[in-house]
Amino acid sequence: MTRSGFKPGPLVWVAVFALAALLPLLQPGGFVLDVAINVMIWSMVAYGLNVMLGYTGQLPLAHAGFFGIGAYTVGILTLKQGWNFWLAWPAAIVICALGGLLLGLVAFRTKGDAFSIFTLGVGVIIALVINKWDSLTGGNDGLNGVPPASSLFGIDFSRSANFYYVALAALALTVLIVARTRQSVFGRSLVAIRGGEDLARSAGIDVYSHKLRALMLSTAIAGLAGGVYAAYVGFLGSAVAGPTTTFTVLLYLLVGGVGTLAGPLLGTGIVYVALQFLKGLQDYQYIVFGPLLVLLVLFAPQGLAGLWDRAQARRVQARAERAVDHA
Amino acid sequence: MTILFQQLSNALALGGVYALVALGLTLVYGVMRVPNFAHGGLYMLGAYFAYAALNSLGVGYVPALILAAVAVAGLAALLERLVFYPLRNAPHVHAMIAAIGVLFFFEAVVQLIWGADFKQIAEPVPGILNLGGVVITWQRLIVIAASVLVMLGLNFFLKRTLTGATIEAMSQNREGARLVGINVNRVGMLTFAISGALAAVAAALIAPIVSVAPSMGEVMNLKVFAIIILGGMGSVPGAIVGAFLLAFAEVFGGFYINLDFADVIGFAALVIVLAIRPQGLFRRGT
Amino acid sequence: MPEHPGTPLLEVEGLGIRFGGLHAVRDVTASLPPERITAIIGPNGAGKSTFFNLISGFYAPTSGRIRFQGEDITRLKTHQVVGRGIARTFQTTTIYKELSVLDNAMIGHRVRTRSGLWDALLRTGREQRDERESRDGAMRALERVGLAGQAGRPAGALTQEGQKRVGIAMALSSDPRLLLLDEPAAGMNPEETVNLMGLIRELVGGGLTVALVEHKMSLVMGLADEIVVLHHGQKIAQGTPGEVSRDPAVIEAYLGGHAHGGQMGQPGAAGSGASGTEEGAHA
Repeated sequence: MTRSGFKPGPLVWVAVFALAALLPLLQPGGFVLDVAINVMIWSMVAYGLNVMLGYTGQLPLAHAGFFGIGAYTVGILTLKQGWNFWLAWPAAIVICALGGLLLGLVAFRTKGDAFSIFTLGVGVIIALVINKWDSLTGGNDGLNGVPPASSLFGIDFSRSANFYYVALAALALTVLIVARTRQSVFGRSLVAIRGGEDLARSAGIDVYSHKLRALMLSTAIAGLAGGVYAAYVGFLGSAVAGPTTTFTVLLYLLVGGVGTLAGPLLGTGIVYVALQFLKGLQDYQYIVFGPLLVLLVLFAPQGLAGLWDRAQARRVQARAERAVDHA
Repeated sequence: MTILFQQLSNALALGGVYALVALGLTLVYGVMRVPNFAHGGLYMLGAYFAYAALNSLGVGYVPALILAAVAVAGLAALLERLVFYPLRNAPHVHAMIAAIGVLFFFEAVVQLIWGADFKQIAEPVPGILNLGGVVITWQRLIVIAASVLVMLGLNFFLKRTLTGATIEAMSQNREGARLVGINVNRVGMLTFAISGALAAVAAALIAPIVSVAPSMGEVMNLKVFAIIILGGMGSVPGAIVGAFLLAFAEVFGGFYINLDFADVIGFAALVIVLAIRPQGLFRRGT
Repeated sequence: MPEHPGTPLLEVEGLGIRFGGLHAVRDVTASLPPERITAIIGPNGAGKSTFFNLISGFYAPTSGRIRFQGEDITRLKTHQVVGRGIARTFQTTTIYKELSVLDNAMIGHRVRTRSGLWDALLRTGREQRDERESRDGAMRALERVGLAGQAGRPAGALTQEGQKRVGIAMALSSDPRLLLLDEPAAGMNPEETVNLMGLIRELVGGGLTVALVEHKMSLVMGLADEIVVLHHGQKIAQGTPGEVSRDPAVIEAYLGGHAHGGQMGQPGAAGSGASGTEEGAHA
């Protein structure tokens, strides 16, 4: 098993994004577009988490915190400082990458379970600081009226149909970055760390520095998504940075398939859309999601992309057996 | 000076409760190597079960506490059978994720049945005790006395009974326990049951002082995890010392620094300690 | 006795490590001659694996120094030690079973490449060059252990012996001068063991220096140029197989007290056909 997962080639990805680009032409606004933009935002966070959990084998639980830092950076800079979105967004990404570096410097002194719990604590602190720092973040009342992305090249991004393309481009960039990382010399070292830290170390890999860089990439992607979210939603509350958000993204990733390239998008799309049909359940979604998480790790830890992979493998084997029978 | 003593009694009561919850968590970690994120959920359920027994069954405080402990112990044992036992050989992350699912499930169910608003449990012995100017509520005294009693009982169980010794042996060396022919499966279930009972007792003890709400489990979860990381995961004395350290830091930090951030003090301490001693306070580094 | 050619490749001086109150390795001074096979032996719990962990930078010693090719490497981290030219394998078949044989070997070559995250994201020339060199270096290593034909297979699908070879290939990909093998023959049948001995001899013939920890005396006696004997974490003897097997301290260590004897005297020791503990030790 090469852990390939459901592995569409580059052409399939181009086709998927080309098709997605047609959506605003059919549906220039409204519900479908809104769901699509949300799916793109959250799948980016899932891609960020996947860099750590899927490729490096570490489970950090502070991702919603970094999503929040990215969102609030854009929100504060554009709303309070009058920055242009196109400057505030990269700033948010850089801040999240640096935040990831700071977190990693301390958190990677711990390993395994302690690392997850430690980062969870950091995630809670981030959400709490956002909630309490009234003068900067608006505290409990949140940050209201974050301006939409400003026009660029004469395109008015305050229209949903146009902003859709910003989200789409960000997602495409995310997928490209993650795919390139995975297939690189660097990425192979991450997979080695996932397979066993001591073994990776003795093979000559500088485990600490690799984990640190993976975490920075991972939190930078969370910040990238947070920036899109701030400009799109226009209102920020501290709850979005809390651990519940992290666990929801973790659920998306698990449903789709940890360690696969298609998994984050697939999982987020399916769960998020399904939730739209269960609106009445919103407050109690974990009555369904809780047992779902348990069942997933018990029976399908590879997620949908993994199931596809296994089915594929069975088909190949069946064909091989038939060939033997006929011989 | 009076204020200092009052804070001291608050810290002792809080520390006792933290210790009971953290002990269960550290035992489960020691024996099963499972970081049981659902532990806070068990604690929260303990409070609600006690609340339900008091209000729906109309029993007294002590029977309600015992009922809650027994019910949560059974539930925890069931959880071990259904979820954690099947995952014992899976990557650690899996058990952790499953436990998170269970925690949120408990929370959603409780919210569905009892609603999201705060519930109150009346103090079984209302009123205060005046000791030469130092005022302590009876409930705080009960919490301190009961938690010390339960800890002594647990210590007796771990040191003086075969089953308890087995649990301790396993938490120190799983392979060793297997070698001497101890039934590892049964012990895991029993440990879960004990951890559930401890959490429920702690919840029923503190419930008259704080309010009961679905989110109480999540908050407690984070704190007891901070405690057992501080104390060294799996260490029993470490959990007790860590619990009282955190309680004192919270009570005195909250009093002298800022009440808003009292809940974060534990994490701040955790971050600082881990930055200096990644292996926790009480585990020898290699 | 043949003189050791040249200066030693690796020298340890007063090397020791304490875990709590326990001296796992204590005041060991020894040296490994270049392009020779040195075996580290001793009863169970003698500190052999700990000794390897110290050399490879897994543990930081609490006393003593390690010099490799004249350079002090005592305080280096594991990946830096690998970078200097010391590679190792583990007791069990510790490899990446779910990855391909080639991927395993390429991971071992990582220490010779510099490409980082930016190179990955921008697909720089360095990234492409490193990727090519990793592949070539890995294939060369696989050829040396005779696995070039199985490069594409999942490593876990290979036999026990094959997996051992993958582990050795992973170590060889880092271009080491010194190879540390921790119980290379564990879990192998006699035929596989003979194959493995052939491979190790070939590698040493190609200029590599090998140090190995091993319980199988047939392998040690038949392969080692030099033997270091550890007991209770201390070195009690060093010399050729002949010298060591006549050493009274060694015989005492293997036979005396409650030590797990047996191992020294496994049947077929030194090809003399000797069996039973006593004869084995004297062989």
